[in-house]
Amino acid sequence: MTFLFQNIINALQWGSFYALIALGYSMVYSILMLFNFAHGDIFMVGAYIGFGVAAGLVALTAAGAFALPGWLILVLTILISMFLTSFVGMLVERIGYRPLRDAPRASAAITGLMIGIILETGNLAILGARRISFPSLIESTTYNVGGVFVTSKKIMIVVVSLLFMAALHQFVKRSKWGMAMRAMAFDYLVVPLMGVSINTIARMTFAIGSALAAVAGILFGVAYPVLDPYMGIVFGWKAFVAAILGGRGSIMGACLAGFLLGFIEIFVAMIFPSTLRDFIAYSIILLILVFRPHGFFGEAYSARLRL
Amino acid sequence: MQEAAHKTTAFRRRIADFLGKIPLLAWLAAAPLAVLLEHLIGYELATGVGLPKIPVLFGFVIMLKTPLLIPSALLYVLLIYLIPVCLVAWVLAAPANWLAGRLYRLPIIVPVLVHLALLYLALHLWADISAYRGLTLRLTLIAVMMTLSLNVINGYMGEFSCSHPGFMALGAYGASVFSVFFFASDKLFGEALLPEILGAFCFPIGLVFGGLIASLGALAIAIPSFRTRGDYLAIISLAFMFIVKSAIENLEFVGGPRGLSGQPNYASLPVVFGVAVVCVWIINNFVRSTLGKALNAVRDDETAAEAMTVNTRRTKILAFMFGAFWAGVAGGLFAHVLRYVNPGTFGIQKLAEVLAMVYFGGLNSVYGSILGGVSLSLLSEALRPLELFKWIIIPLLLILVMIYRPTGLIAFKEFDVRALIRPKTHPRKEV
Repeated sequence: MTFLFQNIINALQWGSFYALIALGYSMVYSILMLFNFAHGDIFMVGAYIGFGVAAGLVALTAAGAFALPGWLILVLTILISMFLTSFVGMLVERIGYRPLRDAPRASAAITGLMIGIILETGNLAILGARRISFPSLIESTTYNVGGVFVTSKKIMIVVVSLLFMAALHQFVKRSKWGMAMRAMAFDYLVVPLMGVSINTIARMTFAIGSALAAVAGILFGVAYPVLDPYMGIVFGWKAFVAAILGGRGSIMGACLAGFLLGFIEIFVAMIFPSTLRDFIAYSIILLILVFRPHGFFGEAYSARLRL
Repeated sequence: MQEAAHKTTAFRRRIADFLGKIPLLAWLAAAPLAVLLEHLIGYELATGVGLPKIPVLFGFVIMLKTPLLIPSALLYVLLIYLIPVCLVAWVLAAPANWLAGRLYRLPIIVPVLVHLALLYLALHLWADISAYRGLTLRLTLIAVMMTLSLNVINGYMGEFSCSHPGFMALGAYGASVFSVFFFASDKLFGEALLPEILGAFCFPIGLVFGGLIASLGALAIAIPSFRTRGDYLAIISLAFMFIVKSAIENLEFVGGPRGLSGQPNYASLPVVFGVAVVCVWIINNFVRSTLGKALNAVRDDETAAEAMTVNTRRTKILAFMFGAFWAGVAGGLFAHVLRYVNPGTFGIQKLAEVLAMVYFGGLNSVYGSILGGVSLSLLSEALRPLELFKWIIIPLLLILVMIYRPTGLIAFKEFDVRALIRPKTHPRKEV
């Protein structure tokens, strides 16, 4: 029983990475009806930017420029990296997606894929093939709750990602910009006639998605402090599948599916040999999609998409 | 200023006239002669102009490795390939036109075979110079097959399939297990069951076996995914690709993640060339058939196609299985060329490669697939000395192509063999 609870905690943590990344895929899809195949690599870039910012702040603190506690450095790292990574997202939109908005949709998928390869290779070329380790910013205390060991890091990761998901939900539901996004997802041919610029909204969508990917990257770095240039591939493609599983363009769906994927992976590894993890996880996803072709919260194609 | 522009147009027209009068037959006759020249004096010429050895890929590799040798490499290419080919083609233009005219009146199969024989002769002689050339050439032909079969699905059918590496893996493992099980003594499957002498003749059966397994896999995807429209296939096929890769990694009897080796050396250049030609021929006929036209109709407007009595679901499933079959055959060849397969080969990287070839060359066109497969595989070999930067240059090139020609370089063009081999005595009439 304690074993089960232990794994639930692990699955929540693992799933929150997927959920945060899946949100980026889902938002872009709902607005532009395009897959952003570079998103997994934006997650990787976000993690590296987070590493750079964190290392810089730690070095400044050590040099005595200012004295900041570890948690404050982490908060600053998250905020600064979100800001910086959103520019990466906007750049990707400008280069790979805006020139292709009227092209066949598959062409934009190819540019996304290629930008992803460029980001990976660029990273390899700049930083080399060695893995770098993320500085440990917060002390991890382990709590023993009835035989279940819970580290403060894990709680922090789950809470922070849930906070960001809730914030995004509120933003999309309440703010004027969120309304513009929902309108654009509703009909991106008519809404520009109402004076909403599709370029601005698309850029903003990419920026928000990338910022969330950066959060996921930093949290990943906190949990598993080893970064390598190809981490985006593994996570990105799975999160992409999760985004689809949640229903195209549905924020709730993407979050839920992300957590579900985390649960499936952790529990498959718990019961079966871990080499079977991908096989069983994807088979389950395939089965769900066979019976629910539009995902959890998606609507049929003839109907509108929702955000 | 104006005069200069006038001059360039006149020059261009002259070149066009020069090229317009030479039939394909003359070019194909000139190519083996140039390669023969390389056989005879290539080494002497290479050392004469200061190159360490005969440049393997038209001097690209040498130029990138040691930029100082660029003039010598260019000179070599000019002297061995460019000038002799152009010269011989020009000299042979008149007799070749006469011969092509004669052949043109015979049943189409005769001139096609003559052209293919000349092409094969040139390629064989070219590949004879070094083993590296032979390997590159075979892998290029396999890439063309892969590209063409994916084009059937992504171009002619207009879906977005991500499972081609999966089909390739199924074909590769199917064909490998077939030939290793029956014709090779091996640790995994024990003694050979049949005499080894039969193996080379049964190799086509193995390839077809691999292809059939791949198309069975395609059927498994196609049944659920063609119930709805849209991007559904992209996701299901992506999941399928990961499932295949992961399943093979867990199957101990084919070697698991270590891979399967010990395939006999059946996939020599003539075999690969033959299979590739058959593949191009059959796929070209397929896309020009009623079924192929129905496929285009389904892509352009599924409802309208349905109204025109096209059974859309059946058409899509058939085409999908057809594409997967050829991917499986290409995979079988791939396994026998390298004589080793492991599941790691058939992942996202392979997917990106094949998709890039299809969209670079051009959707909905056999020419485009041939161009995409050949150019990208040769380019990735030629840029090898750049190491990492290769993977920045090639994606950048693709992004540019996508921005300026979103459907690829030669898209929506029919591959017309008759137009290709006709004699060029008269200026081409517009149809």
